[in-house]
Amino acid sequence: MTEQPQLKAKDYKSDQEVRWCPGCGDYAILSNIQKAVAATGLPREKHLFVSGIGCSSRFPFYMETWGFHTIHGRAPAFATGAKLQNPESCVWVVTGDGDGLSIGGNHLLHLMRRNVDVQLLLFNNEIYGLTKGQYSPTSGVGLVTKSTPMGSIDEPVSPARLALGANASFFARVIDTDHKSSAEIYRRAVEHKGTAVIEILQNCVIFNDGVFDHITDKKTAKENQLHLVQGEPLRFGAESDKGIALVNNQPTVVTVGENGITEADLIVHDEQAGAFYGGLLAGMDSQTFPAPLGVLWAHDRLSYEQQAHEQVGKAKARPGAGDLHRLLHAADTWVVE
Amino acid sequence: MGIGERMTIQKTSIDSAVVRFAGDSGDGMQLTGGQFSSTSAWFGNDLATLPDYPAEIRAPKGTLFGVSGFQLQFAAQDIRTPGDQPDALVVMNPAALKVNLDDLRPGGVLVCDEDAFNKRNLQKAGYEANPLDDPSLKERYRVYSIALTKMAVNIGKETGLGNRDAERAKNMVALGLMYWLYDRPMSLTEQWLKSKFGRKPEILETNLRALRQGYAFGETAELFAERYEVVKQSDTQAGIYRNITGNQATALGMVAAGELSNRSVFLGSYPITPASDILHEMSRHKDFGVVTFQAEDEIAGICSAIGAAWAGGCAWTTTSGPGIALKSEAMGLALAAEIPMVIINVQRGGPSTGLPTKTEQSDLLQCLYGRNGDSPMPIVAAASPGDCFYAAIEATRIAQRYVTPVILLTDGYLANGAEPFLIPDVDSLPTIHSPGYDGTAEDYEPYRRNDDLARPWIAAGTPDLHHRIGGLERAENTGHISYMPDNHQRMTELRAAKVEKIAEDLPPLEIVGAESGDLLVIGWGGTWGAITTAVKTLHGSGKSVGSVHLRHLNPLPADLGEIIGRYKKVVVPELNNGQLIRLVREKYLVDAKGINKIQGKPFFETELVEKLSAHLED
Repeated sequence: MTEQPQLKAKDYKSDQEVRWCPGCGDYAILSNIQKAVAATGLPREKHLFVSGIGCSSRFPFYMETWGFHTIHGRAPAFATGAKLQNPESCVWVVTGDGDGLSIGGNHLLHLMRRNVDVQLLLFNNEIYGLTKGQYSPTSGVGLVTKSTPMGSIDEPVSPARLALGANASFFARVIDTDHKSSAEIYRRAVEHKGTAVIEILQNCVIFNDGVFDHITDKKTAKENQLHLVQGEPLRFGAESDKGIALVNNQPTVVTVGENGITEADLIVHDEQAGAFYGGLLAGMDSQTFPAPLGVLWAHDRLSYEQQAHEQVGKAKARPGAGDLHRLLHAADTWVVE
Repeated sequence: MGIGERMTIQKTSIDSAVVRFAGDSGDGMQLTGGQFSSTSAWFGNDLATLPDYPAEIRAPKGTLFGVSGFQLQFAAQDIRTPGDQPDALVVMNPAALKVNLDDLRPGGVLVCDEDAFNKRNLQKAGYEANPLDDPSLKERYRVYSIALTKMAVNIGKETGLGNRDAERAKNMVALGLMYWLYDRPMSLTEQWLKSKFGRKPEILETNLRALRQGYAFGETAELFAERYEVVKQSDTQAGIYRNITGNQATALGMVAAGELSNRSVFLGSYPITPASDILHEMSRHKDFGVVTFQAEDEIAGICSAIGAAWAGGCAWTTTSGPGIALKSEAMGLALAAEIPMVIINVQRGGPSTGLPTKTEQSDLLQCLYGRNGDSPMPIVAAASPGDCFYAAIEATRIAQRYVTPVILLTDGYLANGAEPFLIPDVDSLPTIHSPGYDGTAEDYEPYRRNDDLARPWIAAGTPDLHHRIGGLERAENTGHISYMPDNHQRMTELRAAKVEKIAEDLPPLEIVGAESGDLLVIGWGGTWGAITTAVKTLHGSGKSVGSVHLRHLNPLPADLGEIIGRYKKVVVPELNNGQLIRLVREKYLVDAKGINKIQGKPFFETELVEKLSAHLED
């Protein structure tokens, strides 16, 4: 193969017409991912995009890479097979809150616990878009939709807490239109050896417009976004004077300089602190706390395909390995003259 | 053989014998039958086996539904089935007697462990009085009521093994006795015991002594008036043989298919009876680069396999009927996107959970039609345990040459049954090819077809030929998403034509018996042995009967229609309520009649002879 020039984001735009609704958050995500893929510097053929069914799952058609638009909820299973078969590839799973957490919840759970080395982009818009506006597993209680005229009575699932239960080795959260944070988070996700879950807060302009406004609205963003920085205290607010501290063993919003609180009282962010701290971040509800954004946790654990191929490698090193003649005769045999 | 023979006991030479071991599911009957089979195969007999075990792992002791049985036929000539009626039946408790006695040939040998015929066990089996005391039993059969348990316990006292553990060796006493009765060598089982219990000397010693004591008991107890000899098969094809079950043969075929196609094997599977043994077996062959993935469910099993095939692997998923129901949507995707892989269905009794451990052929229509949309998929079926090896290779050949998912049908009877297998020369096996692409990247179109109507199979990750695929309808040649009406019609027709095209390249059908005449029997799958034997019997007695056995169920072989035309009547025996018969009637407009057995059991030769005779006389 000839030396390839360094590819740019535009080189990853496919010739297919993008068919999302005007104003959809997916456009911003696509653009950010095209940049992120270019930034990996990997040859184009290394990137495999696998998706399920839903608005988000059209994604592979718009990427000038290998792509597989599969069936509803099952993308993690297809991706697992592809990654096991081709461990050198850089596999991206594209899913949404309906695809990944409802019909595909089981597969997502097992992908995370096995720690297959993929980037899982979870487009969370808290609604079903492609089927035209039913409530999803992340919709809030009381949401009025076509199938819940009197309001949803379903308790929503928290992707972060689900990931924690499955011992996911990497979990990050980002806002669809936050280009700066996206670049950093996607870079980190690709570098991570294992399942990197990225929950993308994505606005559906048609069926659930403004569901994340309290977080994303420029006027209130600083009050409601908690940007996590490794080794830095949990601080936020327009004046950066607020923070999270443990008060009576409970995470609590405090103001530095009030009631004797100093920066030393604030919790310091540590991605590797473990499940207890991960649970603290995952459990910060939007009524009481700002939304934690960035890498909530990242810890090293052997990836699934690495372990699977280690076993294959060990078996191949045995004497007589891979000899079909020998295998067929590996039993009590007898000769008929 | 270490034990001398006494002249007083007459040895009768017979052509074949059918033996069944039956007991509680914890009595080790599968293992005992397996040992008798291995020894007989190694001795040089042809044989076929039929394990019959309950779905419960350890059903309550002594109950009727907890009875586990293992039957085999071994012979000095070519045989194809485990036999209809046992000539000898070993029962380890009253429940086993109750469940199995009706099958025993009148005048047959009945060996019972009399120690197990206590009040509690008799009650559990529903006997009011001890059937061994019933004089009519002795009038109908040659009954040998023997203290098998006590013999094992006494051996334990000598070897220092506790009663509980020693008692478990009673199956070896029974096996030793049957070895004596049928003049079998003990050496293979002795070797096996040594390898199994090498690290547990008391258990090993107890079992070895139990086996030998059972043998010696036959010799010295002066209970038996005669014993039997089934000499080596003389008309066997020369070569090296091994004993093999259908599931083992399937697994070896899968490994071989990977080697023959020069691709690494991937198996995505979820445990299900009676297919799990294939997953177990494959997980031991990592030295061939085999990757086995025990998925979280049936759906993930096939989806992971499709993912692996997309990335260029020789990919498989294994399951049984309920699993096919779950995999159906993904099977449709593999078909629509045209990805080569093989789905193995080890059929069991249905519908729903049905009869998990019993055999049936009732998933043919499910496999043929059980998907949304017009979704033709090639189907291959194995005919005997050893044939599973070749059927797995044939399924892969079709999958990779035509770039399509293929279904391989076996069944519980083939999966667990065993027979001697002539080990093939590896160099004699066919190589497997798939269409590739050697043009420029600019001219590449992922859905441009060759003469077989197959698209190129390019592994995801290949430089310069990247493209997107999926379940949405795609444009001819380019593969871009297309909702155009004419294109959908064209693509639907092309997918059907591709599957039909496979028939052009199939070998001619082999006819057993009459090449034309009164009656044609059409069979498929695991009924091959019983049908072939029955047809040979009838044809040998002068009847104008022939049979064909279908390996390919979709597409049907090109010469089947012409062959049907040579006979006055067509009969289709199946272990279902009539499935292949619908295809035959529909495609060839022939008034075929069915013989349908839906009891979770294979056909008996005698019942087929009887029923086919009735059709001849009709």
